[in-house]
Amino acid sequence: MSLQEIQQGLAEVGYVADDRLAMALHLAQTLGRPLLLEGPAGVGKTEVAKALAAQRAARLIRLQCYEGLDASHAIYEWNYQRQLLAIRASEAQGGTSEAQLFTDDYLLKRPLLEAISEEEPPVLLIDEIDRADEEFEAYLLEILSDFQITIPELGTIKARSRPIVILTANGTRDLSDALRRRCLYSFLDYPSRETEMAILKARMPEVERLLARQIVGVVQALRKEDLEKTPGIAEMLDWAAALSGLGVNDMAQSREEVQATLVCLLKTAADYDAAPPEVMDRLIGKVA
Amino acid sequence: MQVTRFPTRASGLADRISGFIAHLRMNGMRVGPAETADALAALEAVEATDARQAQQALCVLLAGNADGWRRFDDLFEAYWFNTGKQRKGTAQTAHVRVQSAKPMIWQQESQAAQETETGTDQATAPDPGDGEAVGRNGKLIATRTVNLSRRDLRELMDEDALRQAEQAATAIARAIRDRRSRRRKQALRGPSLDMRRIQRASLARGGEPMDLYRRARPPRPMRIVALCDVSGSMTVYSRVFLAFLKGLIGSGTEADAYLFHTRLMRVTDALRDHDSLRAAGRLSLMAEGFGGGTDISGSLEHFLNGYGARALNGRTIVLILSDGYCSSDPQALGDALARIRRKARRIVWLNPLKGWRDYQPIAAAMQAAEPYLDAHLPANTLEALAALEPQFRKL
Repeated sequence: MSLQEIQQGLAEVGYVADDRLAMALHLAQTLGRPLLLEGPAGVGKTEVAKALAAQRAARLIRLQCYEGLDASHAIYEWNYQRQLLAIRASEAQGGTSEAQLFTDDYLLKRPLLEAISEEEPPVLLIDEIDRADEEFEAYLLEILSDFQITIPELGTIKARSRPIVILTANGTRDLSDALRRRCLYSFLDYPSRETEMAILKARMPEVERLLARQIVGVVQALRKEDLEKTPGIAEMLDWAAALSGLGVNDMAQSREEVQATLVCLLKTAADYDAAPPEVMDRLIGKVA
Repeated sequence: MQVTRFPTRASGLADRISGFIAHLRMNGMRVGPAETADALAALEAVEATDARQAQQALCVLLAGNADGWRRFDDLFEAYWFNTGKQRKGTAQTAHVRVQSAKPMIWQQESQAAQETETGTDQATAPDPGDGEAVGRNGKLIATRTVNLSRRDLRELMDEDALRQAEQAATAIARAIRDRRSRRRKQALRGPSLDMRRIQRASLARGGEPMDLYRRARPPRPMRIVALCDVSGSMTVYSRVFLAFLKGLIGSGTEADAYLFHTRLMRVTDALRDHDSLRAAGRLSLMAEGFGGGTDISGSLEHFLNGYGARALNGRTIVLILSDGYCSSDPQALGDALARIRRKARRIVWLNPLKGWRDYQPIAAAMQAAEPYLDAHLPANTLEALAALEPQFRKL
């Protein structure tokens, strides 16, 4: 699949990818390497995986990482209850050998094992990998480089099809070099004005041109202010939905609605105080 | 656009790519022979004759982290289009001239950066938001004349005696590193069993305690943020203090180091560089104006508005190394310290003058600062630095 096709395909499912991201996705698919996405919160890192899955009509398997995530939650676990029941039942009837207890029937597949045992290549999203412990990264290495999982009781399970792996991180801690070396890398930043307009148009075609320009302009200006939580693309889309839902056509005409809907953009009390009506007037004035 | 001139022995694409990989490695990116093979495979997968596609593909493959991502375009241009060889005479330092055969400082060169911006897509233009750039483009206006003469910090870092200062810093870092929380939390490994969870989980196993959950006291290390004054009045101490900072950074604690005179710059990454010659080179590039006037409150405000939000938390010790002589408003200094105070756990001021006999904090700035300090300690000799360790144990 060529670069343009990827970009078009993503655009069809409502995701605007810049050239470099399209290149990253292209290489991830042709070279069969995982793709590590970094960037500030709310720039659409997770969304990439969803869009890719939709575009390829593939299954999306998601593993949300958190502190303390371990192999039994991410890779596989034995179904102890069933094993115990089987033992009890066999005690009553007499004769189940141990070998029968460690078979596929008693294996609970968690996302990673599930991803490599699919027939059709799925999209595997490992979200916020930097939240997981460093030990977990070590588990990932075998899967990401060879696409195989070793289960001591069963042996090594090889991938039936190579999943497209997308990892996201936003800098909670530094990832190990070993993991980085196995991945392609792409840094997503806040979009430029034109890209953001395109995103808004793709997601909400019903928003009028004037309002769209104002929304994007104000959000872009807000990102330059000194805020605790910089509004991302998701916040921008929420705000656009709120404004157009209230029937606003021109921000300068409906200041009250703008101020009331700011809760969609600014998520802390300090940030909210930092954008009083005067400041918003100034920002809107600049855009218009 | 110039065509790259390659050594005559470079026979084909593979040679040139391996040269490019070596060039990246020389500029501090972690790439090796495996990446050379990958790069060739990646070029096969794209239109390798299209320079922009090749650049994007190699960037995606080789950048590895956010820093590499920002620098890649400049490094790429420099190698393939020879921009590394165009240098403005004024932007050179002694250190760079020594290594002129090995281009190192494109990221510093505005000319190269501009070319990149015009040459490539807008969205891929390098972000100016990294540490060095902030120091350069900072909003602060010097309250005194800025001394722009460049000084090579290597002459300040090469003595054996400095090792003592580093050791003192390591001892301090060790004193505050191994802190553990008082509470026990669930953990993968740990000395004690979490009986409640074991019992609860055993219900699912028919009363058999099969999963053993554990608890441990999680580490709660203290962070150190060190702000070091390198203005004119501190010149005699700065060599020792730089070694001290290097010791703090290299000790495995979470530490962050900044230098300030009339501006503030973050030097953590430069100090962490294992190649100490390169570290010295990076420092001297950053420390333009080293040995000029001081603007403590302005620097602290700059710190608070920029890095402070990430660097400070309830477990942070802020260490200020300065003599307190400053040309700005003492009231502003007090306000800045009050703001730091609200965010950080402790503020410790290490003052080389404090060790003097009969020293009184009569400088207006020190008087304004005193109420906000948890400790105001002497730091004029190596012994004084070494004697700080028990003080930190208490903090």
